[in-house]
Amino acid sequence: MDVFLQTLVAGILKGGLYGLIGMGMSLIMGVMGIINLAHGQLMMVAMYITFVCFTYLGLDPYAALLITMPALFLLGALIQRYALNPLMEVESLLPENQVLMTVGIGMVLTEIARFIFSSDYKSVQTAYSSSSFFLGGISFSVALTAAFFIALLFTGFMFWFLLKTDLGRAIRATAQDKDAALLMGVDAKRITILTFGIGSALVAAAGTLLMPIYYLFPDIGSPFTRKAFVITILGGLGSTVGAIFGGLTLGLAEAFGATYIGMAFDDMIGLLIFILVLLFLPSGFKRLTKI
Amino acid sequence: MKRFVPPLLLVLLIFFPLLVQDSYYQHLMILVLMWVAIGTGWNVIAGYTGQVSFGDAAFFGTGAYTAGLFVHKLGLSAWWAMGFGGIAAMAVAFPFGWICFRLRGAYFALASLALNEVMRHIATIWEPLTGGMVGLLIMQSFVSKIPYYYIALGMAVVSVLSVQFIMASKWGYYFVSIREDQDAAESLGIDTHFYKMCSLNIAAFLTGTAGALYMNYMGFIDPEVVFSLHDISIMAILVGIVGGVGTLYGPVVGAFVMVAVHEFFRTGFFGLFKGLAALTGSPAVETAAKFIMEAHVLGFGVLVVIVILILPNGIVGDWSRITGLFVWTRQRKMPG
Amino acid sequence: MNFFEVKNLVKLFGGLAAVNDISFEVAEGEIFGLIGPNGSGKTTLFNLISHYHTPTNGRVLFQGRDITGLKTHRICRLGIGRTFQVVKPLKRMTVLDNVIAAAFSHARTKHEAREIALETLSFCNLIHRKDDLAKGLPIGERKRLEITRALATQPRLLLLDEAAAGLNPSELEGAIDLIRKIRDRGVTLIVVEHIMKLIMTISDRIHAINFGQTIAEGTPHEVAHHPAVIEAYLGEDYAHSAGH
Repeated sequence: MDVFLQTLVAGILKGGLYGLIGMGMSLIMGVMGIINLAHGQLMMVAMYITFVCFTYLGLDPYAALLITMPALFLLGALIQRYALNPLMEVESLLPENQVLMTVGIGMVLTEIARFIFSSDYKSVQTAYSSSSFFLGGISFSVALTAAFFIALLFTGFMFWFLLKTDLGRAIRATAQDKDAALLMGVDAKRITILTFGIGSALVAAAGTLLMPIYYLFPDIGSPFTRKAFVITILGGLGSTVGAIFGGLTLGLAEAFGATYIGMAFDDMIGLLIFILVLLFLPSGFKRLTKI
Repeated sequence: MKRFVPPLLLVLLIFFPLLVQDSYYQHLMILVLMWVAIGTGWNVIAGYTGQVSFGDAAFFGTGAYTAGLFVHKLGLSAWWAMGFGGIAAMAVAFPFGWICFRLRGAYFALASLALNEVMRHIATIWEPLTGGMVGLLIMQSFVSKIPYYYIALGMAVVSVLSVQFIMASKWGYYFVSIREDQDAAESLGIDTHFYKMCSLNIAAFLTGTAGALYMNYMGFIDPEVVFSLHDISIMAILVGIVGGVGTLYGPVVGAFVMVAVHEFFRTGFFGLFKGLAALTGSPAVETAAKFIMEAHVLGFGVLVVIVILILPNGIVGDWSRITGLFVWTRQRKMPG
Repeated sequence: MNFFEVKNLVKLFGGLAAVNDISFEVAEGEIFGLIGPNGSGKTTLFNLISHYHTPTNGRVLFQGRDITGLKTHRICRLGIGRTFQVVKPLKRMTVLDNVIAAAFSHARTKHEAREIALETLSFCNLIHRKDDLAKGLPIGERKRLEITRALATQPRLLLLDEAAAGLNPSELEGAIDLIRKIRDRGVTLIVVEHIMKLIMTISDRIHAINFGQTIAEGTPHEVAHHPAVIEAYLGEDYAHSAGH
C-alpha cells in the first residue's frame, strides 16, 4: 500500500510539471494549428540557461525563472515571426512544411547546445535538490513539490489570462476561428507571435523547475517533445485545463509504469502511449471543459 | 534540350568507375545512387501522394537487417535480401499504413516518426535476433567497389524508371488526386485507402532494397546507424525537398546535393578548415574545424529551414525561379 | 422497383438533427429538384447519400440495392456521381488530367480514359481549357469542371450540389443548358439549388425541405404555391420565377 501511495504522489507531482509542458504546446497547437516538434528543445534551451545562471552567476533556479521565461518568450516569438509565419505565404507541394520546419529548428537548437556545452551530462545541485519531507510516511521531494505548486500557480494565471483579459480572449478567438477573429479586428499575425512566445515561456518555466532534480544533455529535447505531444492530445488541443489532466495522466502512467513494470521499457511505453494517443484520442478531455 | 539530360547523365554514370579510379569518389557515388533510390521512394508517398513520412529509416533499417539476418540466421548470401529486404520493409509498411492512414496530414507524419523510433528500439532490445547495440557484421562479397557501384546504379535506374512508369499510369493519376483533394478523389471512385497503401508499399520496397544494399556494401550495421532519424529519415526528406518534391528527377538532383553537403561537413569544408587551422595555428579555428566536422546534423537543420522558406519546391521544382535569377536567361525570354 | 430511393434518413450531429426523417423517390430520367433555405440540410443529404457522413438512421436504395453503408468510392462505381457545393478542383493538375482521373473509374486503359475525358470535356464545353491548370480557372469554369469530372465517371445518377451558385446570368443559361443536355444523355439528376430560376425551370418534380424536414413535394408549380414553402422562403425569390 505504501508503495502504491508513494507512486501515486510521485506521479501527481510530476504530473503538475508535465501539465506546464503540455500547456505551452496545447496553446500553440490550438491557436495556430502548429505541431511544434521543437517544444522539448525549447525546454532544453531554458535548462541550459538555468545551468549557466547557477554555475556562473550563482543564481538559484527559482530566481533564474525570471531570466529563462522572458528569454524563451523572445526566442519563441522570433521563431514564429521569422520562421513560421512566412510559411503561410509559401506555396509548396509539400503539405507538412510547418512540422518539418519545427523539426529543423529543433535540430539546430540541439546541435548549437552540443557545440557550446558538449554532450556531457550536466546537472544543477542545489541545497534542496535531494531533500524531501515526510507526510504520513510518504516522502515528498521538496523540489518537485515546489514545482508542482508553481505549475498550479501558472495554470491558474493562464486560466485567468485567457478568460478575463482582452488579449486572452483574442487568443481564444483566433484559436476557434482565425478568419472570424480577423474580421473582428484581431491582428492574427501578432497573436501567433505572442502565443508562441507564451507557450515557449511556459515550457521554459517547466524546464527551469525541473533542473534541480533532473539531468541535462543536448538530446533531452526529443523525449520531452514526445511527452508534450501526448499530454496535449490527452488533454485536448488548446485546452489549458485539459493539459493539466493530460499531464497528470502521463505523470501517473509513468510513475506506475516505472514502479511496476521496470525502467528498461520506459521509452517503449512512452512510444506506445504516443501511438495509442495518436490513434484514439484526437480530442481528448477537451469535451469536459470550456477552455 | 532538357530531355537529353537524363540519358546523358546515365551514360556518364555508366562510364564513371572506368574514368574515375579513386575509390573515395566511387564510394561517394555509390551513396548517391543509394539515395536516389531512397529519395525516389519517399517522393512517391510524400511528393506524389501527399502523405509526408518522417520515418523512412524504419524501412531502410528493416531492409538492412533482413540482409544481415539472412547471413546470420539463414546462412544465405546477403544478396538475396536485395529483393527480400524490400518485401520485409513492405511487411512493416502494410500494418503501419493500415492502422495509421486514417490519420490525416501532420498526424500521419508524427506516426511515421513514432514508427521510426519503435523499429529502432526493437532492433536494440531484441538482442537474440539482432545482436542489439552491437549490430551485425557480415563478410563483404567484393573487395573492389566497382561491382557495388553497378549494382547500386542498377537499383537507382530501376527505381526511377519504375516510378516514371507508375506515375504515367492510372496509379499516378490516383496518387496525385489523393494529394490534391482526398474527398474529391473518393467521389471519383478512387479507393483512397487502397491507393495510399500501394504508394506507401512502393516507397517501403524501394527504401528497404536500398537498406539491403547498404548492408551488403558496408558489411556492418547497428540500430543507431540504419534507424537513425537524422541520418536516414531526415536525409531522405532533404533529398526530396532539396531536389524537388513531386518531380521525377528531383530526388536524383537531391541525392547528389545532399551527399555533397554531408561530405562537405564531414571533411570540414573539404579540408578547408583543417588547412586554415594548420596555416594560422589558431586553436579557435581548430575547434571550429572539429565542430564543423561533427556538425552535419546542424547543417541539415539549417538546410531544412532555409529550403522550406526559400526553395519550397526544390531545385527541379523551382528551376524557372532559379534560372530567372540569371540575367542572360531573362533577356532570352523577353522577346518571346 | 424505384430507380433511386431515400427512406427515413436521419442524421444527428450531437443533439442537432441536420436531416430528420426524409424520404423521397426519384424515377429514372427525371430531373429531381431539392430546395430549401440555407442550412436546411440539403448538402448533408447529399453527404449521406454518397456516404461522407454515416446516416444515424434510414436507408438509401439505388436500383433496388441497399447502398447505405457502402464506401464513397464504391457508390461512385455503382453509378452515382456527385459535385460539391464548395468546388474541389484538383488544383495542381490540368483540367484534362482532372477528368482523366475521373474517367479511370471505368476506363481500362489510359488511352480509353483520355478519350472519355476529351469527349466529356467537349460535351461540357470546357475543351478549350484542357491544358490549363485547374487552379487557374474562374469560378464558373470550376463549377463546370466539377460537373465534367462527375460526368466522366459514367454515372447513371448525378447529384448536383448548388451547381449554379455564384454564376452570372449568362453563365446561368449555360448551366441550365448543360443540365438538360446531361439528362438527354440518359443521366438522372438530383439538383440541389436555392436559386429559384434554375430549379423551377428545369425540374420535373421538387422536394422542399426546411430544418432537415420535408415541407412539400410536387411539381414546380405545386411547390411554389405551397404555403409552407412560401413561409420558409419569405416570398421574395420564388415570386419572380413562380410568375412563369
